[in-house]
Amino acid sequence: MALRQTKEDATTARLEGCSLPEGGSWATAARKSALARLQDMGLPTRRDEYWKFTRPDTLTSSEVPRAAVFDPKDEPPVFDAIDRLKIVFVDGVFDPEASDDLAMAGVKIERLEHAAESDIHWAKELYGKLETNGQTPVQRPLAAMNTAFATDGLIIHVTKKAARPISLIYNHGSDDSDVLLHHVIKVEPGAELTVLENGPAAARFNKVMEVEVCDGAAFHHVRAQGRDHERRAVTHLFGRLGAESTFKSFTLTANGVLTRNEVVLEMIGDDSVAHVAGAALGDGDFHHDDTIFITHDAVNCESRQVFKKVLRNGATGVFQGKILVKAGAQKTDGYQISQALLLDGDSQFLAKPELEIYADDVACSHGSTTGAIDEEALFYLKSRGVPETEAQDLLVKAFLAEAIDEIENEEISEDLTARLEGWLVRRRG
Amino acid sequence: MLEINNLHVKLEEEDKVILKGVSLSIGAGEVHAIMGPNGSGKSTTSYVLSGRDGYEVTEGTVTLNGEDILEMEPEERAAAGLFLAFQYPVEIPGVGNMTFLRTAVNAQRKARGEEEMSAADFLKFIRAKAKTLKIDADMLKRPVNVGFSGGEKKRNEILQMAMLEPKMCILDETDSGLDVDAMKLVAEGVNALRDEGRSFLVITHYQRLLDHIKPDVVHIMADGRIVKTGGPELALEVEHNGYADILAEVA
Ligand SMILES: Nc1ncnc2c1ncn2[C@@H]1O[C@H](COP(=O)(O)OP(=O)(O)OP(=O)(O)O)[C@@H](O)[C@H]1O
Ligand SMILES: [Mg+2]
Repeated sequence: MALRQTKEDATTARLEGCSLPEGGSWATAARKSALARLQDMGLPTRRDEYWKFTRPDTLTSSEVPRAAVFDPKDEPPVFDAIDRLKIVFVDGVFDPEASDDLAMAGVKIERLEHAAESDIHWAKELYGKLETNGQTPVQRPLAAMNTAFATDGLIIHVTKKAARPISLIYNHGSDDSDVLLHHVIKVEPGAELTVLENGPAAARFNKVMEVEVCDGAAFHHVRAQGRDHERRAVTHLFGRLGAESTFKSFTLTANGVLTRNEVVLEMIGDDSVAHVAGAALGDGDFHHDDTIFITHDAVNCESRQVFKKVLRNGATGVFQGKILVKAGAQKTDGYQISQALLLDGDSQFLAKPELEIYADDVACSHGSTTGAIDEEALFYLKSRGVPETEAQDLLVKAFLAEAIDEIENEEISEDLTARLEGWLVRRRG
Repeated sequence: MLEINNLHVKLEEEDKVILKGVSLSIGAGEVHAIMGPNGSGKSTTSYVLSGRDGYEVTEGTVTLNGEDILEMEPEERAAAGLFLAFQYPVEIPGVGNMTFLRTAVNAQRKARGEEEMSAADFLKFIRAKAKTLKIDADMLKRPVNVGFSGGEKKRNEILQMAMLEPKMCILDETDSGLDVDAMKLVAEGVNALRDEGRSFLVITHYQRLLDHIKPDVVHIMADGRIVKTGGPELALEVEHNGYADILAEVA
């Protein structure tokens, strides 16, 4: 009980002086209920089982840990060569000057700030709703906090196949920016959308994206979390998949002192497909956590989790991945792999792969490995004249390839591969 | 070309001596063969020459064109013109054969201060070489040696040799695992590379390969030493009588 009390007190202290944003009735109701959820759960502490491997204190503290603004002038911005609709946020605030027109055939894009003002809005059926669903069986208080207090973000309604990706660019403007962003996306039956995300965003970034993928619809998500060293981020991607729908998400992360990316998917329509993948490259005080929870609640659905991390100089990688197959979710095909390549003895990979299955006709497999660079392969490469660092980079890229192969769009995949190569070369010093 | 003088090698991790004074001198343009019973130290010799970790040279010298190579990194030895076709080629999942070869060719050129080969030139070059070795486009695209048959792996070694155009080529049992036709292909690949400025050290158990790649000198290695050196007839003798006579004779 003492623990419970400590948690309650800490949460109360953190929320002191924070008031819910003003808005129309639907938004106010959603925010109030999120605040109630948050107060009920309390903010995470390191004693929580779900935060065993990642210390949440710097994500929950009242004081914002500073992060110097990092400007990678030595390379073009990510996704620069991709034809896309650009939407820019600076420290979490929409920047109309830097953004394209929020107009595309079959896609309606609104700002949360505006949508929240009206008393009636379709977003009501999603905003905070997928997040609420995602609170059981495991609590995600930082997501509830986001629902309660976020003022900016996008409400995107997709009724057709979008002609080009929507590219969300998060610029970082000041050393102590503490940012909440909340996006809601609905992809109507048969429609398709690709969302790209990149940029450091803020000193501390808490982002929630709730995505409803209706029957026969497709949602693709590709994200790059860049080279800035000091930023901290906790992100939640909630998805609900209808029948015969597709949901694919890939994240490339290079550095960042603390990143926790949670992906929480409910597969409620038969024959849907969900692929979640990530490649991370960490150095030094890098701490990177992928926490994935996929619930199969329909027949004949396929889910894949492919996560790879390359760690050196004391970097830490975390993977908590779960496949939950509910009773009746027959013919489920679930696959999960998490692997780390440790380039030295100081780095560590902490993995907790989990399967929980209540249906009898399913095929699920999971595996997790931690390994060092293959010395035989390294020697083979060197014996052909490839210098040590280059040989190591080749093996690193080879290791990450299985995750990067999960990106369906070739152009985007090439862009990220080029990015990765640049990072590897620069890292050689 | 290659001078090995009184080479003594032990394992780094344990007190096991493997090479006990190997001496060998290969002139430019020459082909030497090494034969010898299993475990006599043939592969170890090839690994030590190419700079693999795990061995400690306790005595002796090795020079390539007058340059001491024992202090060099494996990649420096390669750039200096040394090539080893592995007895057991290594599989590298995730690294495409083509990417691998291009990286290697250009790394060596860079190390020698030469210009890198353009993507187009490289493609033309590799296609031509692959064709003569009957290596199809699919094998070039696949990850290095992954899922290759034993014979395909060996042909892939020869392809690498052809692409890298080394000065000193060491072939460690490149013939084992090859069918008759593949052996001919490999031998042709080797013979096509023969010239005055290039030397070969061919490690083999069988006379068969030496029918195709005619050696100038044949050495017999036993228990970490070269125990007998002779002409091509020495290989025939081994083929007919095994090693017993030779070993008895030198004992
Ligand atoms: N890393 C090692 N650890 C232990 N023993 C080793 C190691 N490397 C070589 N040896 C031993 O050294 C001896 C020589 O091995 P090597 O592979 O050079 O023989 P080889 O002449 O190539 O034989 P083969 O004809 O069977 O290929 C063998 O007894 C082998 O077991
Ligand atoms: Mg051998």
